[in-house]
Amino acid sequence: MVGERGEIYAVPLLFKRVVATLLTLIGIVPFVALAESQRINLNMLYLEQIEQRPAVLSNILPEAEDSGLRGAELAVADNNTAGRFLNQNYQLETLIEKSPQRLLERARVWVAEGNGVIVANLPEKTLLALLSQPLIQTKGLVFNVGSESDELRRSQCRSRMLHTLPSRAMRADALIQYLVAKRWHQWLLIKGQQPGDALFADALQRAAQRFGGKIIGTKTWSFDTDLRRTAQKELPLFTQTKPYHVTLVADEAGDVGEYVLYNTWHPRPVAGTQGLIPVGWHRVVEQWGAAQLQNRFTELAGRWMNHKDYAAWIAVRAAGEAVTQTASTDAALLYRQMLSENFELAGFKGRKLSFRNWNGQLRQPMPVVHPRALVSQSPQEGFLHPVTDLDTLGIDPAETNCQFQTL
Amino acid sequence: MWLTNTVTDRYGQKHRLPAKRFIIALLGCSSWFLASALQAELAYVSNEKDNTLSVIDIDKLEVVETIDVGQRPRGITFDRNFEKLFICASDDDTIQILDVDTHSVVTNLPSGEDPEQFSLHPNNRHLYVSNEDDAVVTVVDTHSREVLAQIDVGIEPEGMAVSPDGKWAINTSETTNMLHWINTETFELEHNTLVDQRPRHVEFSQDGSVLWASSEIGGTVTVMDVASKAVVKTLRFKLPGVHRDRVQPVGVKLTDDGKYAFIALGPANHIAVVDATSYEILDYLLVGRRVWHMEFARDQELLLSSNGVSGDVSVIDVEKLKVIKSIKVGRYPWGIAVRP
Repeated sequence: MVGERGEIYAVPLLFKRVVATLLTLIGIVPFVALAESQRINLNMLYLEQIEQRPAVLSNILPEAEDSGLRGAELAVADNNTAGRFLNQNYQLETLIEKSPQRLLERARVWVAEGNGVIVANLPEKTLLALLSQPLIQTKGLVFNVGSESDELRRSQCRSRMLHTLPSRAMRADALIQYLVAKRWHQWLLIKGQQPGDALFADALQRAAQRFGGKIIGTKTWSFDTDLRRTAQKELPLFTQTKPYHVTLVADEAGDVGEYVLYNTWHPRPVAGTQGLIPVGWHRVVEQWGAAQLQNRFTELAGRWMNHKDYAAWIAVRAAGEAVTQTASTDAALLYRQMLSENFELAGFKGRKLSFRNWNGQLRQPMPVVHPRALVSQSPQEGFLHPVTDLDTLGIDPAETNCQFQTL
Repeated sequence: MWLTNTVTDRYGQKHRLPAKRFIIALLGCSSWFLASALQAELAYVSNEKDNTLSVIDIDKLEVVETIDVGQRPRGITFDRNFEKLFICASDDDTIQILDVDTHSVVTNLPSGEDPEQFSLHPNNRHLYVSNEDDAVVTVVDTHSREVLAQIDVGIEPEGMAVSPDGKWAINTSETTNMLHWINTETFELEHNTLVDQRPRHVEFSQDGSVLWASSEIGGTVTVMDVASKAVVKTLRFKLPGVHRDRVQPVGVKLTDDGKYAFIALGPANHIAVVDATSYEILDYLLVGRRVWHMEFARDQELLLSSNGVSGDVSVIDVEKLKVIKSIKVGRYPWGIAVRP
């Protein structure tokens, strides 16, 4: 039997894959072509701060603990596959840690040793502390893959920081555009009690104002009952208001939001942090070749790729593209290249991606999904912007008061 | 030539005619085309999300049959005698062979994982296959059904073309953004060319001197001189009323007379018509939604395009440069192969 799959043929292929993955992971990649050019090595540092997650009622499906990291690892492998032909080699060092001080110290030493690129899965406060170090400001290049904070893109921008994770404003704009396009433009807003919930509620409010919709009422969830037993009784009363089109939920930790669906007073769809969600990446994205990225990720990580994995993946890929385009690993040069007008990046979202030169945010289409299917992708048709319709999502230059340097 | 049962194709290769055709050829005249005119010309279209092929009768321009095949059929191509149709059944990790007379799948070839596109060497034997999930190109001997070689290339290998003289197999890797030049004698990579983001398809001119490569996300088509491996021209497209991000070139087809290049522009829903000598863009033809691949029919009088999102095939009159018909096929039509 020559080559029937599952028999003789499948074994060497699997073996080959394992070897290839191992080789790539430890950074020994076969040297093939372009031998005349100088070998380029880019070392990157992945920093992650472990945070205490708030206790939630709905704790059935927790977020993967290695969110972000596995995306960065996949992109390093991807970059190295290309690197074989370009005489480039990429490596990733990792520090996952509770203490912000130790993370900051590692970053300082890392850059002092002559490296530059940091993939930061850090909360806003630690990121700002990182970027306030003079050494990072002059010699570093930080990708924010962990914080959705709008202030980091509006009033607290930092030069040498690029955001590949979409902000809350981008997510809210993506969702609200879709709802307005559907002419479902009156909403009841339910928010949780965590700080992020209020921020996402603000982002929804801002989007409602931008795109012409109305939040007819806002309710803050403050009950402390266990909704798994009593949602059916509590929520109809809680959501009893005048009629509206969609129930918006701002509950980032998933405390109450999961129980809003099918329990509202009016029979209305639920959107926001639960139900129909706007997100940078999701398992259901499969168009534009995304199925291939999803397959590669699942094979590496043994689970589905989420929005943080994607943010880390595209950050490391962007660094790789900038290295290819500049033939350099100098952080200043890479940063300038990524913010230049001719930088473009393919990211399986159906459009070329690029960075905004007023706050360093990656412009990107935003999937709007429910747990089992892609519903839409924003920007929606008809929402226009002088430069590109992708800039209808997120903070515009006129809204920022940043001193953001692109050099 | 008159009284032999062989024909010579455009590669100078001789092929034996099937007995039926040979008799018809003997009865009628030496013309191969007249012989096959008694059998209707058929276009086969792979429907990626239906796991079927739609068969279009080129005389009637309508679907006459739908054939069940493997999962996620994408690239399809005929052998040089038009007896077998090779089908990439991507999600079955195999290449199926369809018997063209009986319209039944007769066998599977080993293909490596997730085969997407392929190209048959002029020797009518060696099939060069892109294995999208595996970053390799697999070379399969279609006669002995053996894997002859697996060549490491960049991430997500996609486009595949073998030069008319059989010397080069060119593969595009979508995420590594390269054209990989594979020597078909040694099965080794000899050269890599960086092109714009997400290269999707490569096509040789009929004489093999020029290579056209489309970059979907870059929005460009790179034209290369094969002898020097130098870039001759980078084509950019500008359509009124279509945002430049939506101009995403994928399929490329060149007329044998060297006059036109047709470039399918994906979600821009148009095919660009390019003067293949001056590289001037002559026209944009409105077709169905998300146009991907194309194939000529009726001795290059017609061009067919597969339109993925609208699920149809547009028919273009090549001389008048007009879209004359659209034919509903299955869901997400991907590739087209025509049996004259």
